[in-house]
Amino acid sequence: MTVANPLPNIQPLKPLSLDELEAPPLTLSKMAWLKFRRHKMALVGVGILVLMILYCTLGGLVFSEKFANYNDTGIALQPPSSVHPFGTDVIGRDILARTIYGGQISLLIGLIAVMLETTLGIIIGAVSGYFGGLVDSLLMRFTEAILIVPQIFLLLVMAKFFAGNIPNLTILGREFSGSVVVIIAIIGLTSWPYLARIVRAEFLTLKESEFVLAARATGSSTFDIIFRHILPNSIAPIVVSATLGVANAITLEAYISFLGLGVRPPTATWGNMLEGAYNYIDKAYWLWLFPGLLILLIVLSINFVGDGLRDALDPRSRTI
Amino acid sequence: MTDLQPLVIVNNLVKHFPVMRGILIQRQVGTVRAVDGISFFIAPSETLGLVGESGCGKTTAGRTLLGLYPPTDGQITIDGHNLRKAHGPTMMAIRRKAQIIFQDPYASLNPRWTISAIIGEPLRVHHLISSEAERTDRVRELLRLVGLSPSHLNRFPHEFSGGQRQRIGVARALASDPKFIVCDEPISALDVSIQAQVVNLLEDLQDRLGLTYLFIAHDLSMVRHICDRVAVMYLGVIVELAARDELYEHPLHPYTKALLSAVPIPDPKKDRARRRTILAGDVPSPLNPPPGCRFHPRCPIAVEKCHQDVPEWREVISGHWVACHLV
Repeated sequence: MTVANPLPNIQPLKPLSLDELEAPPLTLSKMAWLKFRRHKMALVGVGILVLMILYCTLGGLVFSEKFANYNDTGIALQPPSSVHPFGTDVIGRDILARTIYGGQISLLIGLIAVMLETTLGIIIGAVSGYFGGLVDSLLMRFTEAILIVPQIFLLLVMAKFFAGNIPNLTILGREFSGSVVVIIAIIGLTSWPYLARIVRAEFLTLKESEFVLAARATGSSTFDIIFRHILPNSIAPIVVSATLGVANAITLEAYISFLGLGVRPPTATWGNMLEGAYNYIDKAYWLWLFPGLLILLIVLSINFVGDGLRDALDPRSRTI
Repeated sequence: MTDLQPLVIVNNLVKHFPVMRGILIQRQVGTVRAVDGISFFIAPSETLGLVGESGCGKTTAGRTLLGLYPPTDGQITIDGHNLRKAHGPTMMAIRRKAQIIFQDPYASLNPRWTISAIIGEPLRVHHLISSEAERTDRVRELLRLVGLSPSHLNRFPHEFSGGQRQRIGVARALASDPKFIVCDEPISALDVSIQAQVVNLLEDLQDRLGLTYLFIAHDLSMVRHICDRVAVMYLGVIVELAARDELYEHPLHPYTKALLSAVPIPDPKKDRARRRTILAGDVPSPLNPPPGCRFHPRCPIAVEKCHQDVPEWREVISGHWVACHLV
């Protein structure tokens, strides 16, 4: 008589392989997020930014651009009402619709100007820092020459200079004032020096670091050393600078447009909606209140996000 | 050992760093004579120790030897290739055969790369692998070789301790299957207990793979443990070079004697009984090294001649080289 197996149905446990035991790697972006989310104001900033982007995009589905540019002097300078929640401007355009389309242009200017600025800043800073010598001297003296001229004067002069006959552009079925391109270009072309200096400083430090020497000892190409070793390690200040750069570009556009040298109507921006509003500071507060508030909110929230990123990406603070 | 063709030959290697000043047009206002004419050879499978105080040019010598800094003068031959004339494929062949392990395990690994990418870099650069899967296999094998878990390959350097990182640095140096490795103070940044592990690992790898080391260090007891021959550097020059036991038991140069007398002895009685040579003053600046013998301002036995004439680098006994007028 055989003894029945007392535990007939238990299968032996399949041994786990080492790979299965391995915890998922703690990537640097995960660590950055863990640090970023401790910044309450930065999270609020992200929230406001998301709302603003939704406002500018979804709002475009509610009102047509034609409506935003439709003028009827018969209804000029109407205070906020149920028909025109933000009121109407000096020639009777609906301010709510204009803040929506103006926001699109303002954000577009901010983003594209920063892309231009960042590209220029990285190239000039990287070449200067990595190759050094005479190239470095020439590039840095040029950078400093641009830095010592106040940016706003440079912008006004360039805006005036390029103000000629720029044809309107039609992109994706929408017509833009050609001055949008001019504004983007001049903001991008005058904002890069700070970033170039930051990138140069990073490259100067990192090109002497041991992991770069190790890459050189391995026989890695100069291209690999610059783009795969040094640049990814200097990304933190670049990201912070680019974030704050968006706010800066939006503010600069507002300055120039306020002074009447920026984006031409009928294309709306938050900046050019303020143009002429100072004549009505006490009589028609809605002319400047809504675009002004939107500029304030976006610049503030971008700055909060920038501060959060600065801490989150700081390689020297490793604590989570 | 000496009957074999040396793997590395260094002849009168000089590395000067210019000190530049000027806003647009820079001019040279001084020269840091970091390495000022050193010569030695290393036989295959041998470990040559290079010791000296901080700032004497050990690290610069090691890095210049691999062409990481362009040499100012002198000849470097690694595995039959003239490094100063090498470029293109010859240079890549040298890069493949000669590797380096750095002092600071926190600075020598790219913090944004995974271990797999770091150790796999030499494989990629030298086209030693044909597929992603092959790289993973090879990286796992290397991790096992240096005593790390092969499953760590997707982690980042910040997830490892100092000793583990140094092992990763060793694995990277081994990836291209080199013959010669410059160990640039590979243990001085580690805890004492970890130091022993890493040194044992290096010795073990040398036995298994037949590696040749230039072992740069300032810890004389560790050098005695690991090296076959030892060179002593002072202010950019080698003052003495001899087989390990010969150097430790019969040092000839007064600087070597002073260095050895500073090694602690773990026996208070013996320690009290021995005579310590205590050097006065600091190492002079390599910007403006003293004339004659570089050691004369601090030398306890210096004579008039030492102030003027540079001592000749000569072989006193077979295999025992020294640069001193009074030996």
